[in-house]
Amino acid sequence: MSADDATPAVGERRWVNVALGGLAWITALIFFFPVLWMVLNSFKSEEDANASPKLTFDPTLDRYREVTETAGGLLSFGEAFMNSVVIVLVSTLIVLALAIPAAYALAIKPVGKWRDVLFFFISTKFLPVVASILPIWILARELDLLNTRLVLIILYTAINLPLAVWMLRSFFVEIPRELIEAAEVDGARLRGQLTTVILPLAAPGIAATALLCVIFAWNEFFYAVQLNPVEGSTVPVWVTTNVSTRGEFLAKLSAASVLACIPVVLAGWIAQKRMIRGLAMGAIK
Amino acid sequence: MTAVRYVEATRTYPGTETPAVDSLSLDIADGELLVLVGPSGSGKSTALRMLAGLEPLDAGAVHIGDRDVTGVRPRDRDIAMVFQNYALYPQLSVAENMGFALKQHGVPKEERTARVRETARILDLEPFLDRKPRQLSGGQRQRVAMGRAIVRQPAVYLMDEPLSNLDAKLRVQTRTEVVELQARLGVTTVYVTHDQVEAMTMGHRVAVLRDGVLQQCDAPSTLYHEPVNLFVAGFIGSPAMNLLEVDDARRPKIGESELALDGAAGAALGDSAGRITVGFRPEALRVGDGPLPARIRTVEDLGSEMFVHVAVEHQGESVPLIAKVSPPFEGSPGDRVGLQITGTTHLFGEDGSRIASPAASLRSPGAVSRS
Repeated sequence: MSADDATPAVGERRWVNVALGGLAWITALIFFFPVLWMVLNSFKSEEDANASPKLTFDPTLDRYREVTETAGGLLSFGEAFMNSVVIVLVSTLIVLALAIPAAYALAIKPVGKWRDVLFFFISTKFLPVVASILPIWILARELDLLNTRLVLIILYTAINLPLAVWMLRSFFVEIPRELIEAAEVDGARLRGQLTTVILPLAAPGIAATALLCVIFAWNEFFYAVQLNPVEGSTVPVWVTTNVSTRGEFLAKLSAASVLACIPVVLAGWIAQKRMIRGLAMGAIK
Repeated sequence: MTAVRYVEATRTYPGTETPAVDSLSLDIADGELLVLVGPSGSGKSTALRMLAGLEPLDAGAVHIGDRDVTGVRPRDRDIAMVFQNYALYPQLSVAENMGFALKQHGVPKEERTARVRETARILDLEPFLDRKPRQLSGGQRQRVAMGRAIVRQPAVYLMDEPLSNLDAKLRVQTRTEVVELQARLGVTTVYVTHDQVEAMTMGHRVAVLRDGVLQQCDAPSTLYHEPVNLFVAGFIGSPAMNLLEVDDARRPKIGESELALDGAAGAALGDSAGRITVGFRPEALRVGDGPLPARIRTVEDLGSEMFVHVAVEHQGESVPLIAKVSPPFEGSPGDRVGLQITGTTHLFGEDGSRIASPAASLRSPGAVSRS
């Protein structure tokens, strides 16, 4: 597309473009508004947060101080954060380590009946999460895994793996076959093919897949609260410990939620840069 | 010393009935540049990929040198391939692209660098060694792809339409360079193209494929002057050979004019009374005052030569013919002219195979009745 295509010559089309742009902005702002409100609330006193919305208030970091202080006997922010970081990173790395070879086998050198294999992968997602909790809980108890990081690492790996295989497969299919064949003729073994051709070209796809795995694992609440209510639990569970039955907690909860969001936003920002760089790498020809 | 042999090599793609390459037997001599040519779907690329090891064989064998490589993986075949889209590794520099295969084969770094530099010098790529493929023009990328193959000093080069992404002028220029380079290196080369001009100008021998079956493998001039069948006759040569079906083989006529064949040809035709096809090249057709009446459709002036497209009445239909004439030519569309055949004609039997290639001329109907 040339630069001229971006600026429509006809007046009516220009008007439509402006309208569409405005609509996009309005939609984005509607989605962003609750986030903005949450961030604003986190800097307010409980009193201000629970009063009718005001444009001016005295910003304070006290809520952040309160939520990060260790509450006696309960899960502390530091513990939950470390648990989350370990569980999310380890499970995502395992997912990628397993999904990349699986996607290779499905996309580049398709195994027999690869369609069935692909379907079996996704079929594990058909079962509602709630239906699986009882057997999983019993298994975890029998194996002495309750209240450990390991149980969540295993679960998040298993949950993310099918999605990762599907996503990576679709990215691998896009890699020009000639490049892989050239590497084959040039004498590259599987490792050389992966490092020279497949991984660099699929890097944006791998980044996107890893990001989705991180976001899911970071935000997962149901299994975490059922299997690890206190020990080995994660940030989302910690956020709910700031809900109290006595007194007001909206500002505190907002501060806790903001803290829980930051790593995901950071991960998204980093992955996005990687994805754009990947796209800019240019075509093969 | 590396010759290449296809022995009854067959490949049928899964889910298809007819083989993409059907019992291909071909001997390629050491140092030869053999061109595989054919229309799309003729199996030429498949044949090359079978030799590369990128396509398995369903039957038969492929030999490189003394070795049966039928079940050998591509990396162990000692071949280098140039792909149509060049297939350069986008994140590696030109030098890394060219040195990649050497690195994979464990060649020490100093030797690698030296060989890459030497190859870059041959191909005038030295200024670009640190660039990425995306920073190069199409012609430069093509040279890098060639360089990547040359630097390896393999037993056989495989080239899969390597010039088809270049513009016309660059293609002609690169064609010559490839031929020169191949002659200098003396490495057995199998070259695939759909362009018969490329095939004729580059190949020591040219193998013509159709629907997976080898039609003829000969030197370019043999293909041109002695095509074994109608397909090769029609495929080789530009503009294509004029081909006309004739009802009665014993008294072949084009329009109302009788085709007088050289004596021996009559014997070759024997008593076959069936239909035959008469073929003659555009340069064997003279436009002027011959016995076969025709109408000029268009005249193409290429400067050094001219192509005159004419229409003749033959067996109740208007049939297009092409004549190649030397300038100057006086005549414009719509003009009535007379045609004469002045060179070799090719006679093809009902099954399409060539029966004979006699000299022939046309006689007007009146002359025939008098004789």
